[in-house]
Amino acid sequence: MAAHLKKRVYEEFSHVVQIPQEEAPAKKLRLSKPSKSAALHIDLCKATNSTDALQYLLQFARKPVEVDSVEGVVRILLEHYYKETDNSVRLKIASLLGLLSKTQGFRPDCIVDDAINTLNNEKSHQVLAQLLDTLLVIGTQLPESPAVRQRLIEMACKHLADTYFGVRNKCLKLLGFLGTMDTSLTKDSEGQGTSSGGARDVQTIISDYFGDQEPRVRTAALKAMLQLHERGIKIHEIIYDQACRLLSDDYEQVRSAAVQIVWVLSQLYPESIVPIPSSNEEIRLVDDVFGKISHMVSDGSWMVRVQAAKTLGSMLQVSPHFLEQTLDKKLMSDLRRKRTAHERAKELFTSGEFSSGRKWADDAPKEKLDTNTVNLIASGACGAFVHGLEDEMFEVRIAAVEALSQLARSSASFAEKCLDFLVDMFNDEIEEVRLQSIHVLREISTHITLREDQLDTVLAVLEDSSRDIREALHELICYTNVSTKECIQLALLELLKNLNKYPTDRNSVWKCLKFLGSRHPTLVLPLVPELLSTHPYFDTPEPDMDDPAYIAVLVLVFNAAKSCPTMPALFSDHTFRHYAYLRDSLSHLVPPLRLPGNGLDLVDSRCGSGSVESAQLFLQQSLNRVSTIQNLEAPGAQDLLNFTIRDLQRLGELQTELAGAADFCATYLRCQLLLVKALQEKLWNMAVPLCLKQNVTATAAAQQILEETYKLEFLYSGLESRQVATIHHVRLQAKALQLILTARSRQGLDPLISSCEKFLLDIESFQRLFLAELPHLEDSFVDKLLELLPRLSSCKPVELVKILQSTLRQSGLLQLPLPEQIHRATATIIEPTGESDNPLKFTTGLVVALDIDATLEHVQNPQNTVKVQVLYPDGQSHVIHPKPGDFRKPGPDRHRLITQVYLSHSAWTEPSQIEVRLLLGYSSSSTSLSSSSPASKLGWSDSMDGLPPPEVAVEGTIPFSKPVKVLIMPKPARR
Amino acid sequence: MPEIKVTPLGAGQDVGRSCILVSIGGKNIMLDCGMHMGYNDDRRFPDFSYITQSGRLTEFLDCVIISHFHLDHCGALPFMSEMVGYDGPIYMTHPTKAICPILLEDFRKITVDKKGETNFFTSQMIKDCMKKVVPLNLHQTVQVDDELEIKAYYAGHVLGAAMVQIKVGSESVVYTGDYNMTPDRHLGAAWMDKCRPDVLISESTYATTIRDSKRCRERDFLKKVHESIERGGKVLIPVFALGRAQELCILLETFWERMNLKAPIYFSTGLTEKANHYYKLFITWTNQKIRKTFVQRNMFEFKHIKAFDRSYADNPGPMVVFATPGMLHAGQSLQIFKKWAGNEKNMVIMPGYCVQGTIGHKILNGQRKLEMEGRSTLEVKLQVEYMSFSAHADAKGIMQLIRMAEPRSVLLVHGEAVKMEFLKGKIEQEFSIDCHMPANGETATVLTNPSVPVDISLKLLKREMALGGPLPDPKKPRTMHGTLIMKDNSLKLVSSEQALKELGLNEHQLRFTCRVQLQDQKPEPETLSRVYTHLRSVLKGSSVQLLPDGTVMVESILIKVSSSPEDPDTKTLLLSWSYQDEDLGSFLSSLLKKGLPAALC
Repeated sequence: MAAHLKKRVYEEFSHVVQIPQEEAPAKKLRLSKPSKSAALHIDLCKATNSTDALQYLLQFARKPVEVDSVEGVVRILLEHYYKETDNSVRLKIASLLGLLSKTQGFRPDCIVDDAINTLNNEKSHQVLAQLLDTLLVIGTQLPESPAVRQRLIEMACKHLADTYFGVRNKCLKLLGFLGTMDTSLTKDSEGQGTSSGGARDVQTIISDYFGDQEPRVRTAALKAMLQLHERGIKIHEIIYDQACRLLSDDYEQVRSAAVQIVWVLSQLYPESIVPIPSSNEEIRLVDDVFGKISHMVSDGSWMVRVQAAKTLGSMLQVSPHFLEQTLDKKLMSDLRRKRTAHERAKELFTSGEFSSGRKWADDAPKEKLDTNTVNLIASGACGAFVHGLEDEMFEVRIAAVEALSQLARSSASFAEKCLDFLVDMFNDEIEEVRLQSIHVLREISTHITLREDQLDTVLAVLEDSSRDIREALHELICYTNVSTKECIQLALLELLKNLNKYPTDRNSVWKCLKFLGSRHPTLVLPLVPELLSTHPYFDTPEPDMDDPAYIAVLVLVFNAAKSCPTMPALFSDHTFRHYAYLRDSLSHLVPPLRLPGNGLDLVDSRCGSGSVESAQLFLQQSLNRVSTIQNLEAPGAQDLLNFTIRDLQRLGELQTELAGAADFCATYLRCQLLLVKALQEKLWNMAVPLCLKQNVTATAAAQQILEETYKLEFLYSGLESRQVATIHHVRLQAKALQLILTARSRQGLDPLISSCEKFLLDIESFQRLFLAELPHLEDSFVDKLLELLPRLSSCKPVELVKILQSTLRQSGLLQLPLPEQIHRATATIIEPTGESDNPLKFTTGLVVALDIDATLEHVQNPQNTVKVQVLYPDGQSHVIHPKPGDFRKPGPDRHRLITQVYLSHSAWTEPSQIEVRLLLGYSSSSTSLSSSSPASKLGWSDSMDGLPPPEVAVEGTIPFSKPVKVLIMPKPARR
Repeated sequence: MPEIKVTPLGAGQDVGRSCILVSIGGKNIMLDCGMHMGYNDDRRFPDFSYITQSGRLTEFLDCVIISHFHLDHCGALPFMSEMVGYDGPIYMTHPTKAICPILLEDFRKITVDKKGETNFFTSQMIKDCMKKVVPLNLHQTVQVDDELEIKAYYAGHVLGAAMVQIKVGSESVVYTGDYNMTPDRHLGAAWMDKCRPDVLISESTYATTIRDSKRCRERDFLKKVHESIERGGKVLIPVFALGRAQELCILLETFWERMNLKAPIYFSTGLTEKANHYYKLFITWTNQKIRKTFVQRNMFEFKHIKAFDRSYADNPGPMVVFATPGMLHAGQSLQIFKKWAGNEKNMVIMPGYCVQGTIGHKILNGQRKLEMEGRSTLEVKLQVEYMSFSAHADAKGIMQLIRMAEPRSVLLVHGEAVKMEFLKGKIEQEFSIDCHMPANGETATVLTNPSVPVDISLKLLKREMALGGPLPDPKKPRTMHGTLIMKDNSLKLVSSEQALKELGLNEHQLRFTCRVQLQDQKPEPETLSRVYTHLRSVLKGSSVQLLPDGTVMVESILIKVSSSPEDPDTKTLLLSWSYQDEDLGSFLSSLLKKGLPAALC
């Protein structure tokens, strides 16, 4: 063997001077196979005692084994297994067998027999359990072989009677993973006198072990049943009673698994009827299960409680009657019925009198209760959520809140009922729970109208010092319906108070009022005179236009006025003036109004609902027009491009919905235009030595196109692979241009050769990436290049450049297909505002923290890509990666970055401005198509570990927010 | 039948002076040793003469267990241990051990120094008493002696409150002390595993109450305080120094933090400072939130709550003051109240129950003009609010604990008789278990059915295993044959052969015989064969043989037929079986007594 190999190696060396890279590992692989298993064999033989052998095995397990040598290794291991007397070594071998059969590409059917054989001869229980585990691995590796499966199942059934719990556990697991519906098994293999014999299916066998004496086996049996369910096998209803009995097991893991299985049954057979014990009534199974699981919400173990609370949320088929019981908790005091605080609040509200504070006997119990009717341990669902929401562990409370939200979303009446409880949760001691309940309330807010007292409680949270809570609450108020004008007034008052206390909430509060106004125009109407403090006879002083509180009021009023045409009549003169000002400065908050005698009608009609389609049409037409350009050198082509770009830009400004698409197209066309210009320059006709100077513009153009293509690719979301291919195509053209320019600059041959190689690699990767898109790129630059690729790769650089030049000049404009949804990533820095004249003073050499608050829209994975850049006046710049925890996600496609950047500098004599802006980082290796792939995630998790992110290809950043200037003043340290 | 006896010396159908005697498996245990707040005479302390008329208690009690530091659970401890005389171990949890002496000392000061009582325990006695204390950890099993073991569970209620499981052999009693099933701002909920005690001694303060959600009350409380502060008013919260005060402090502290409030909160000093120190130390006994966040910040290190000084009461601007005592009957809280009562912007919040006659009770009932000492009247203009923050389990909570522990019987203490009656009925109805409610000095006896552990020889067990399936089925009891030997105070189950060998006895066979008269005209052999065919048709499962010597063998049972010459028609069947086949034998005899079926004739 070795001699033969040697010969081959010599042969190869004599043949070709350059060894192809791929050959080397292939050879290694061939050599390694015998050596690996042989080494193991020798090691194992060398081992004098079991500890040594174990050591060798452990070392061996650390290294991966190639696919083709697996079988050999397995044989050696098995051989050693038969000889080995020590249990621990056999155990390790058994586990290694399982590991090895997991090797990708290895089919373990060849070792099934051996594994089963060893199983039959094994005496040690631990090893047996491990071997069964191995069999499970083998079984899962061979999903399509029923014969093997059948044999494995038989083995499992045989060992189910083992006295060691571990073996029974593994057998049940095996049955769960491999058992099928049709496998009917005979269990009379042992002569234990059970005359029942006969065919029994897997489910019956597993359910027999629901009553095992060992809790771990009971758990395993339940889990196996769940596994069967997960694999799509329908579980029989017969096990329901058994499963229910396990709900009161002594062990928490059994109860937890039982909750799951009972839930599964309720989903499978919701409508079947079960009797209530100790009465002759019958109820639906799903209701029965709901009652039982509700009971588990007051279990002794919090794990079970979490499980139960979570499960409740997904039982949507339950009857409303049962559902509402979960919120029921009859109060009594000294045997007399007492109303809950919720009921009292409601009563006060309905009686028209607002709560005046509590009196000593306010909650004095009313009617005397009949002792027989008071049910202390409420049967069934009673008060499950009341318990869950008051639980000691916040995990249970969160689970209960989530369950409430799920149930409330499907049932409006339940939503109404659970409102009080959710509102109560706003006062939880753990912020997470508070936040969660606010979110939940927002989700179900379509179903509900808040009463005044409830709103009062909700609004009290506005003073919370946590920004997250406040913003969540603003979001909630955006979506809530309130019932009376007092509510609106109350909300406005509280929001203004909030604004006063936390001025940074300005935008959020305004937005909130915008929705509040547009939702309740009729409720705002009677409040208008008061809000604007107008008086029928007297002129009131004009309020300060810069007062955020006044703006807030105006936002509320204007938005209400949008759908309430009578309102503007109540406005005073300065209100109209302020409207015009705000409409201009805060156009996203102030809607266009139909005001009498105002020229603003025009704007209104243009922004009508039909205009989106027409704008869309216009966009499409513009693109079509451009596509008529066949030859880029045609005389009118440049003008047409210029005009189209201008049109598109304007369109983007006018129609915010289409801004992304229009911008995208315009940028693309600009690239084309640049390319055309670069190619049209006369320099191409000149002799090389003469055109050194003109090169500059063309080089700049090529550079700019490259940059633009990166912007196109990474700044816009919603791109399809067609567009990405087109963008890459343009980039390729730009690179070709660069290459030609390099060639012309005559800087020597070596750089040219390397850049030629690079270019060829680029073409190849383009081909690889966009194989599916190639048919669409017919007749394009790339298409032609690919045709010529065999020739290109073998020809000399100079020749290549010539070919490129001609193809480039011949290639036409590639039409850009308009994607469905395209959005440009934008970022706005809210804080710092850049308006402050007070410099941030700090001592030189120390750091100062600058709070940054920005909203990001349409940014995917902001945690990876968004960076903060700080530019100092001396040209120094720092890029700061915000922590992933600094990003919040208030809505779809929207992120919020709230972070602190640390600044430091040596002493300045006077305050000076630094610039802060946000950058979008990209790396060309990950196209925007695969930006959400695990690869990028990996990069992130790497950086979590403190490693630098892997350097790949071109890394760059695109500034995508307006820079904000901040005055800072580092002072020299005083001594 | 072994029994467990429970005798309350205090807290039987009553609240206060908790002291319960339990005798279980020959051990006597005293659970709690409290005083009664309502009395100042001998009735203040439990009647220890019930245990012994003269002499020390040490020889009558195996141990004393204190559930928590409230004086109605530990107030009589120095009296009992030092003045009556007890030298055995006293068990309590670490926080209780730390805080208990502070309260006892305070109690002593008030009684001796203020009221001028004599013949009361001294500071030294408290110290000596505390020296006898053995601290307990949660879920730690402590062997008091070889047989008696105790184990503490978390009870909520106050810092360090514990429920105790007392176990002798397989008999056990759980004493809950005071407990709380709903978590609050600083403590978690009581928890117990399914320990299935023979008796669960539970408090029943709120036997007939189901309380509203804690959150509502908290929210109301915070809202009231907040509104008042925003108006610029001053809020007075009279509290007792320990327990609820800490809960309210945490509540306000977190609220201040959340809402970014600036108004000062004061806590009138005194023993609270010492106690707060212990709250800081025993973080493990608090609730999830405090336990989890104490690394960043110990919640009991209050940022907003500062020590109160008498002069602060006149400071302008809003403030919140916690002041003792809780019923406004004396001390600092009353002084502050007098100062602030005139302003309607101010507010007083009573967080607990007030005894009749106190100012607290009067103002809660809406009295607006108070007569003070010295004939002066006080106009009450400030707002009066009542907020109940009680840390006892309500009826639902008690039921929940019973469900958790699954006891064989329940015994109610620490509650009013009428209310107990109701709960007793409920417990009996819901769980169908016995429920007792003895009055003070009355003994409740609970019969137990303890399982007796017996050693079994492995050989016998294996032999029996071989007969049945490989696995014992826990659901079905199985009978087995063996001999029980009681020797040297131990029980052993061995096979009969071995027992004979060990005892040096000979084996005796015991056989039963029985005659059955049968009317049959046929000759004997024919009768026999008919019996044979009959038995074969009836006993399908077992072997029935017709032996050539004129007998039928069913398993090991012999059947012979004989007839007397006088009456040839009346045949006598002789049945004979050994003791082991008693079941089958008696079945056969009754079967044959019915006669042979006609079909065979």
